[in-house]
Amino acid sequence: MSPANTRQRYLALAVLLGPSLAGMFVFLMLPVASSFVLSFSSWDLIGEIQWIGLDNYWKALADPAVLGALRNTVTFIAGYMPATVGIALGLALLLNRRIRGRVVFRAIYFVPVVTSWVAVSLIWKWLLNPQYGLVNVALGWLGFKGPGWLFDPQWAMTGVILTSIWKDIGFVTVIYLAGLQDIPEHLYEAASLDGATPWQRFRHITLPMLMPTTFFVTTISLISSFQVFDQVWVMTQGGPAGATSVMVELIYKNAFSYYQMGYASAISWVLFALIFAVTIAQNLLQKRLDRSDG
Amino acid sequence: MAERVLLAGRDGPLPSSPMKGEVPAGASGTIEDRTSTLHLPLHGGGREGAVSISQRKKTPLRFADLATYILLILGAVIMLLPFAWMLSTSLKTRGATFATPPQWIPDPVTLDNYATVFDSVPVGQFLVNSAFVSVTSTALMVLFCAMSGYAFARIEFRGRTLLFYAYLATLMIPQQVTLTPLFIIMNWLGWTNTYQALILPSSFGAFGTFLLRQFFLRLPREIEEAAFIDGAGYIRIFFTIAIHLARPALATLAVFAFMASWNSFLWPLIITTDTSMMTLPLGLSALQGRWSTVWNVLMAGTVIATVPILAVYVFAQRFIIKGMSHTGLK
Repeated sequence: MSPANTRQRYLALAVLLGPSLAGMFVFLMLPVASSFVLSFSSWDLIGEIQWIGLDNYWKALADPAVLGALRNTVTFIAGYMPATVGIALGLALLLNRRIRGRVVFRAIYFVPVVTSWVAVSLIWKWLLNPQYGLVNVALGWLGFKGPGWLFDPQWAMTGVILTSIWKDIGFVTVIYLAGLQDIPEHLYEAASLDGATPWQRFRHITLPMLMPTTFFVTTISLISSFQVFDQVWVMTQGGPAGATSVMVELIYKNAFSYYQMGYASAISWVLFALIFAVTIAQNLLQKRLDRSDG
Repeated sequence: MAERVLLAGRDGPLPSSPMKGEVPAGASGTIEDRTSTLHLPLHGGGREGAVSISQRKKTPLRFADLATYILLILGAVIMLLPFAWMLSTSLKTRGATFATPPQWIPDPVTLDNYATVFDSVPVGQFLVNSAFVSVTSTALMVLFCAMSGYAFARIEFRGRTLLFYAYLATLMIPQQVTLTPLFIIMNWLGWTNTYQALILPSSFGAFGTFLLRQFFLRLPREIEEAAFIDGAGYIRIFFTIAIHLARPALATLAVFAFMASWNSFLWPLIITTDTSMMTLPLGLSALQGRWSTVWNVLMAGTVIATVPILAVYVFAQRFIIKGMSHTGLK
């Protein structure tokens, strides 16, 4: 490309890159830097800022609320991830068969994905109503006595997990479907000629070929699991008795209910560190799996 | 004979196919295995045999089809039933809402709950706010990302790589880190309860810039070069040529940005306290605060909040699914 003269180039840069750069700076980079600085302070928005070094971090690491939120997040991930990934993979395999109406089914499974979290959470809060909710009524027909769900500390997280699985399954299914359609047909033809059983084809072609998709899906659901907020806020506000309290809800409460801006910032950096560490760990695991497979 | 050639052709690539090594010893075909699969159909007479191989692939067992349909329909019912229940509840009187056993078809059908929703919160205002905020922030996001993506892809300047890495680095930081300072900045600017506070923070993002930069990098330069020779500058080329060529990528980004903005909850929750500035998800949450256990009213509110996006979805279903799965982000 013929190089424009320098003045023209800088004018073009100012016009084309300028707005984005200004916005990125004011609404992203500056807040990130301020958050980091604030995390070493104690500030209630009105009084004077006090610099307290690492105190917020020491406090966070010993705070029962933070530890409880972490425990709840691990519970959430343990319930949500395997079920979502497993069911979505199953649905994608079914949808990948040459059958009529697959587009309609795919569209139906995707409906909860486009619905807002607030709407989905309200619908499920009603479905999970201990007395009149459809879930417990259905359990009653089957002869079980349904639990108190969101009112029972033992069951509240399960309710949040069920809701989240239902909302996200369509999304993961579509991602898996795209992954399945990328697998070259000739691999299956070759395996069939070799006399491979359907299970063998699944185990030795489909699953390995889907590894990148699985890695992608688990990475983004891990990250989003740490950032869960909307459904918790609408369904339980972290209760009962802190049973569904999660990290982002703690950040929100500390910043906007208790006005502890410094402490809220510190917790958000703990969250960042956790997401970062888990993503790195998952990356390493993926590399190791790749090596042992290939 | 033709069938034989066809089969041999299929068989041909097998030994060197990428399958090798991934298929277990049992299946990877001792020679007997392979020949038996090959020869069995041929015994029944060349032509039919070959057809039966391809047929077996195209029309699998009836039972498997039936099972597939049963499972898929079961899944569809689980996905749709909650929406049906939402609609049904929204049309019930208070008595019918708490009837046991539950009524599927409301008797009597009432629209009172919808009237109650419209009376207790400014639904029309929520809808206008949501539409305005989502459309504006999507338009700005697409424009700014296209411009910056083009600049990163085409204009050479000192520190370009470094700046681009700085953009990418922001992708690793969760939104929650920026919430507190962003609120402080907005508060300091006096922007709480304003449209600009709802719109601007979601009008910028490294992801869109990255997406568009990659798109422009793959775009052949020849088309633009002709314009360069005619004396056009980067800015004119971008607005007259490049942005039009980028339509598919822009559409993908637009779907992603619109859905994210339309359903956004946490940031509007922080920055708006004034009911007249609330978006639909926030308004729905406010409705919950007022009618916490009056489920027929709450479900009417949920229907109102859900119908607009579902209407868009029904018309642009393929497009939305494609856009969201391509960006791979929620």
